[in-house]
Amino acid sequence: MTITELMPFSVLVPLIASLVCALLPGRFWPWAVTLAAAIASAIIAALTLPAAAQTTLSYAFGNWPPPIGIEYRVDAANAFVALLVAGMAAITLPWAKKSVDKEVPERQGTFYALFLLALAGLLGITLSGDAFNIFVFLEISSLATYGLIAYGSDRRALLASFRYLIMGTVGATFLLIGIGFLYVMTGTLNLHDLSERLPEVRDTSTVRAALAFIIVGMGLKLAMLPLHLWLPNAYTYAPSFVTVFLAGTATKVALYVMLRFVFTVFAPDWSFVVLPLSTVLMILGVAGMFAGSWVAMFQPNIKRMLAYSSVAQVGYMVLGVSLVSVVGLTAAFLHLFNHALMKAALFMAVGTVIYQVGSARIEQFRGLGRTMPWTLTAFALAGLSIIGVPLTAGFISKWYLIQAALDQGQWVLVALILITSLMAIIYIWRVIEAAWFKQREPDQQAVGEAPLTLLIPTWVLVALNFYFGIDTRLTVGGATAAAEALLSGGLLP
Amino acid sequence: MITSEWIHPSLLLIAGALVVPWLKGRVLQGWMVLLPLLVLAALALAQPGEYGQLAFLGMELVTGRVDQLAMVFGWVFGIVLLIGAIYALHVNDRVQHVAAFLYGASALGVVFAGDLITLYVFWELMVVTSVWLIWRRKTEVSFHAGFRYLIIHAVGGVMLLAGIILFQFETGTTRFDQIAADGPAFWLILAAFLINAAVPPLHAWLTDAYPEATVTGAVFMSALTTKTAVYTLIRGYPGTEMLVWLGAFMTLYGVTFAMLSNDIRRLLSYHIVSQVGYMVAGVGLGTALALSGSASHAFTHILYKALLFMGAGAVIHMTGRSKLSELGGLYRYMPWTFVLYLVGGVSISAFPLFSGYVSKTMIVEAAAVDGRAVIWLMLAVASAGTFLSTTLKLPYKTWLGEDSGLRPREAPWNMLLAMGIAAALCFLIGIFPGLLYALLPEPVDFNAYTMSVFLKEMQLLLFTGLAFCLLLKYVGGGPKISLDVDWLYRRGGPRLIESVGTAIVTTDRTVRRVALDQLTRITSHMERKHGRDGKLAKSWPTGSMAMWTAIVLAMLLTFGVYR
Repeated sequence: MTITELMPFSVLVPLIASLVCALLPGRFWPWAVTLAAAIASAIIAALTLPAAAQTTLSYAFGNWPPPIGIEYRVDAANAFVALLVAGMAAITLPWAKKSVDKEVPERQGTFYALFLLALAGLLGITLSGDAFNIFVFLEISSLATYGLIAYGSDRRALLASFRYLIMGTVGATFLLIGIGFLYVMTGTLNLHDLSERLPEVRDTSTVRAALAFIIVGMGLKLAMLPLHLWLPNAYTYAPSFVTVFLAGTATKVALYVMLRFVFTVFAPDWSFVVLPLSTVLMILGVAGMFAGSWVAMFQPNIKRMLAYSSVAQVGYMVLGVSLVSVVGLTAAFLHLFNHALMKAALFMAVGTVIYQVGSARIEQFRGLGRTMPWTLTAFALAGLSIIGVPLTAGFISKWYLIQAALDQGQWVLVALILITSLMAIIYIWRVIEAAWFKQREPDQQAVGEAPLTLLIPTWVLVALNFYFGIDTRLTVGGATAAAEALLSGGLLP
Repeated sequence: MITSEWIHPSLLLIAGALVVPWLKGRVLQGWMVLLPLLVLAALALAQPGEYGQLAFLGMELVTGRVDQLAMVFGWVFGIVLLIGAIYALHVNDRVQHVAAFLYGASALGVVFAGDLITLYVFWELMVVTSVWLIWRRKTEVSFHAGFRYLIIHAVGGVMLLAGIILFQFETGTTRFDQIAADGPAFWLILAAFLINAAVPPLHAWLTDAYPEATVTGAVFMSALTTKTAVYTLIRGYPGTEMLVWLGAFMTLYGVTFAMLSNDIRRLLSYHIVSQVGYMVAGVGLGTALALSGSASHAFTHILYKALLFMGAGAVIHMTGRSKLSELGGLYRYMPWTFVLYLVGGVSISAFPLFSGYVSKTMIVEAAAVDGRAVIWLMLAVASAGTFLSTTLKLPYKTWLGEDSGLRPREAPWNMLLAMGIAAALCFLIGIFPGLLYALLPEPVDFNAYTMSVFLKEMQLLLFTGLAFCLLLKYVGGGPKISLDVDWLYRRGGPRLIESVGTAIVTTDRTVRRVALDQLTRITSHMERKHGRDGKLAKSWPTGSMAMWTAIVLAMLLTFGVYR
């Protein structure tokens, strides 16, 4: 079996496993099947990346040749994102067991089935080379995600999920409208085919409108300011594990889709010219960086604080894209990967606190530095990464982002990036201050350290944050290949 | 051929520090002495060269660059770690021990860093480890002092990082040699170094935080942070004219404020500012003699300043008090501490036969050789002030003078042993300056024991001493004295200086309080405005989410369709 034939199984395995999961009773087997599926999927993705970096892989489903049939077309860019998505699932699932047992005590079979559907959906979006297929997978993953968020034990989770459903549907519909416009103009849905046929018809308002719709639709899923309003509540009220997974993957995949359309379906020398995309993305990116960090500094709920921090981090990625250079795109891809690592580690540490204490409010963190030293140290170290301290993964992406800005002589952007890093110090510091410098109130329950099954996966992610801060061969290599693939029109043979 | 593999002393210390939490009792004490000894052994084995190269983001990092200049600082850091560890043997707080060793490791890391990225990493590590030496005093005051310390250094760190990035962008390298860049990169890196060197007005973190640090932690702090900054200045900015004047100004600024201090460790902290001023001035002069003077003054300064801080710390440890006006007459109860402190005192005052003499005179002489009369005069005046407050005023008010009624016991043996080692080294270097000069990068063509140097120094010291004795009866009075002014500033009266000093102190305090109040008001206002239900933070209704979507889409469509 060649790697090209193996590749689709990273989507099929979780898809099939989700059917199995839905039927499984109890608490152990659904989780075990999910873990096995995620690991299998991650291994396939890991095998795909080196091959895809060499040459573009193409797999035609049911032997229907593209552009008629559905094609999986994988180059360095989507292989990189797919590895991130599957890898995050595999790494975070060992943590999930305890946390989910506590927060979702019943109907775990359905819960994990939905999770696998979301995973399959995200991987499908990433690997697929067919525009309509991307929309279908987007809906699969989105619908599963709405369900997962609604599992949150807080009743506000339902409302948050419903709002996300509305906004997510708007986003997906916009994407569909955009794809529809393109189909009307070209008569094809295959991305590769689209990129070849579009140049003839692209000077029409229909195609320009399609671009606008796709950007706004994906901007919504990506939580680009001001389209981020669904995100804070969804992240805050979802079960901890769902937040961990979504924060690491969902917005990243949306960014990938946006980049795929802007850079390969429409060529960047067209899409950045017909619309003032560079300016718009730069303004929205910087605004996101600031507004997200600003609001995060004042949040009493730490989960919500991290959610706003995510809005800020998306801002960094969008900023990297807006610079339209190999370094800028590399920075965006790097941050896409590194942010997944750091945010997952932070959400896992907070999830561990929730497991022990029952709440993520800042008052509940008082004095935890002494009673839960390992959990809170993990939080502090992952916090260093989000601040961008050298030796952490966060430093690497900020370094590239700053280099990209410097390359274009954008001194102001450099200053803005550094200022928002200082804001990150403040919001991370609030937690550290509460944990180590405040005493626990007498009426607050005393807690001990969390179980190892929660601590070990958290520390694995923390360690990864440092590993990828020092050994950057995989991340920088993968991100550069991804950026080059997009800028050179990676879908071309 | 024998090749000795390089063991990075920082790595050794970090590894050793991580073991500390699992040790206790005698084993811990043994380990605390053994670890610095291992570091010294690693230093002894180090051969000049470059080690530990790593590829990072397309740059080459040199984590270990061993050359003469780095070794001077490496040796003295190793020695002070040993002394400080012995001094802290009785402390039963492992957090402090771990922090102290990690702090030492980062200072050594800065010194041996061959490139700016490595330097930056250790630079920041130095801040986050040393702050625990303040916080472990566990008082409200020390918490806030530590926090201010952290903030100032965080700002300095950002400036340094920004400077490094610009430097890399401008020159395409991150090697750390003389900073050959102009424009913002040059200034940002310099500013970051100057913050750590405690150059006024960026010095406040030092005199604010050190007196609040733990008794044993202050010993490490007095030795490491400012001196790594001096090292980076010698390496990166030799011969920068501005530094001459800044340094000379620092020496005077430090002694003036030391004169006005009542807390014994604050007084000594101001003297750090003053003494570092000599080194900064030496860096600015930039001649071979001046640079050697700066390096050797850093070496001797670390030893005697640690000794002084240990002496003051022993008093605080035994009496629980730190105000000059509350101490007095302790010599009968703590005679050893008194004598050993005095050795530090005469060393910092540059008495012949003591270590300060052989290094400070070098810088002063370099200024003279360079024909800089004003600088020379400023440095000489500051010398007199140093003698006056550390060697005369502080011991007088603490050990002699009016009996305060305190009846402390002598300091514990380990404190005395640590002070004894430091004192012996001060003495040894004072008598055999060749030992120190042999470490320096440039061959030293300077003899401290010539008649002219000796006479100049003795004149200064004797007259200062004379003035102190004559005015002694006025010393007994209030908690603040500034009898130096009569001799120092013939034209200004003592009252003027004192009132100017007080005015500065009060203005400074008022400004700080007003600023803090404003800051608190602003943050609480922002908290109200931007908290959970702030405009940006509240849960927006779905309708407005959709509206924003429509707005962005409309904007893009307008550009795209109707252009």
